[in-house]
Amino acid sequence: MSRTPAGRTPAGRTVAGRTPAGLTVVRAGPLTTVQDLGRPGHAHLGVPRSGAADRSALRRANRMAGNPEGAAGLETTLLGVTVRLGEARWLAAAGAEAEVTVDGEPVRSPFRAGAGATVTVGRARRGLRSYLAVGGGIAVPPTLGSRSTDRLSGLGPDPLRDGETLPLGPPTEPGDPAADPALPAEPVLRLRPGPRDDWFAGTGPLAAGPYQVQTDSDRVGLRLAGPELTRTRTAELPSEGLVPGAVQVPADGRPVLFLADHPTTGGYPVIGVVHPGDLWLAAQARPGARLRFRLVPGHTDHAVE
Amino acid sequence: MRLRPVGWGAVLVELGSTAEVRAAYARLAGLRAAGGLAGVVDLVPAARTVLVTGDRLPDLAGLLGELAGEPAVRPGPPVELPVVYDGPDLAEVAGRAGLDAAEVVRRHAAADYTVAFCGFAPGFGYLIGLPAELHVPRRATPRTAVEAGAVGIAGEFAGVYPRRSPGGWQLLGRTSAVLWDADRDPPALLAPGTRVRFTPA
Repeated sequence: MSRTPAGRTPAGRTVAGRTPAGLTVVRAGPLTTVQDLGRPGHAHLGVPRSGAADRSALRRANRMAGNPEGAAGLETTLLGVTVRLGEARWLAAAGAEAEVTVDGEPVRSPFRAGAGATVTVGRARRGLRSYLAVGGGIAVPPTLGSRSTDRLSGLGPDPLRDGETLPLGPPTEPGDPAADPALPAEPVLRLRPGPRDDWFAGTGPLAAGPYQVQTDSDRVGLRLAGPELTRTRTAELPSEGLVPGAVQVPADGRPVLFLADHPTTGGYPVIGVVHPGDLWLAAQARPGARLRFRLVPGHTDHAVE
Repeated sequence: MRLRPVGWGAVLVELGSTAEVRAAYARLAGLRAAGGLAGVVDLVPAARTVLVTGDRLPDLAGLLGELAGEPAVRPGPPVELPVVYDGPDLAEVAGRAGLDAAEVVRRHAAADYTVAFCGFAPGFGYLIGLPAELHVPRRATPRTAVEAGAVGIAGEFAGVYPRRSPGGWQLLGRTSAVLWDADRDPPALLAPGTRVRFTPA
């Protein structure tokens, strides 16, 4: 008999056999990925930071489940996820407002589920992304120090598929319950103009809003439709480094608000950057949602001789 | 040099040339490698800028004064990339350059290159040093798929696709070198400041 587990995938995960330990995916939903806090520090090699789109929700779920804040959990998209535990664990969900059940019974986070129990995070009633933290964390092998799935560069494990099993770290003791912050119907995101606001006739349209989240939005960024931003410089901008929350205005005039899997550099001017503390509002904005920007002036740039 | 604040935790250092970018990045990367710049998370060089991100940003104006004379390349021999020059765009590049294909290959392989910055994909280096007569625009219509190892040029840059991806560069050939392997340490064959030579295989 081979010592190599049958069906081992390149990411080190196993396809469900009898009743494996770990966490088996019963229903992956449209897009469920493994996410931690990403792989900062490699942007100079073209490696995006990636990590949970709503970092605060992953942290909250991890604290409740008794994990370090940066442990890897599951990030769902709109329709949630269903998993079966191969061994008993404390778990917690945070982020989008959604019903969570164990074997069909509603529970509040943190909650304990026994070996063989089925845990479901339901369809998001508000928001877009739920985070399911499992005591011990999802223990797939890290890539460049992170277990995050990067949808832009392809680093990290593939999105979850029905039937596969993910390894877990050692069991934990639960943390305290923590409520999710309320998600406003029309969130207002603080935005600091620059570094290329001088390429536009003005930032007035951004402040006027609202902007609607388009259906081609993803973990890379929100595509927004709303008041037009008029370019006054038509030159081509040499590519330059990007940060999460950057609002880039490509040639078609539709702003892109960059999220976790944003490219490390971009060749269109960035008119402003969203406050890191408000990025979770963007991560939870589903297609069709409207959002507004509140401009917060910062220090002006300055020449240095 | 101009410092442009970027949101709440980053500054874009705007410089006058790719050479200044290389010098500025080399200084900052050197300080960080020596254990300095605590609080800086990422240093991202690009064509005319270096982005500095972190929760505590250093006094960049002070650190980046007097850049002249800063060695901008990594010491040591260049990375040699063996190339089979059978790319689909050799003829078009030759036509634009007013050279024959063999001369395009000879000049491409004769030049000394340096990685100015990385981007587009993990391990994709933008190499400067391409002879001016080979500065040709990107293809009008990008290819939907370019194979890993494809050796291309666009504008002032040369480069190699680290993995299969869409791409608009003019393709001169292909290399068997592995530009990116996440399980290798370091994963990227090319990093900012790395010297590179292409050798006909």
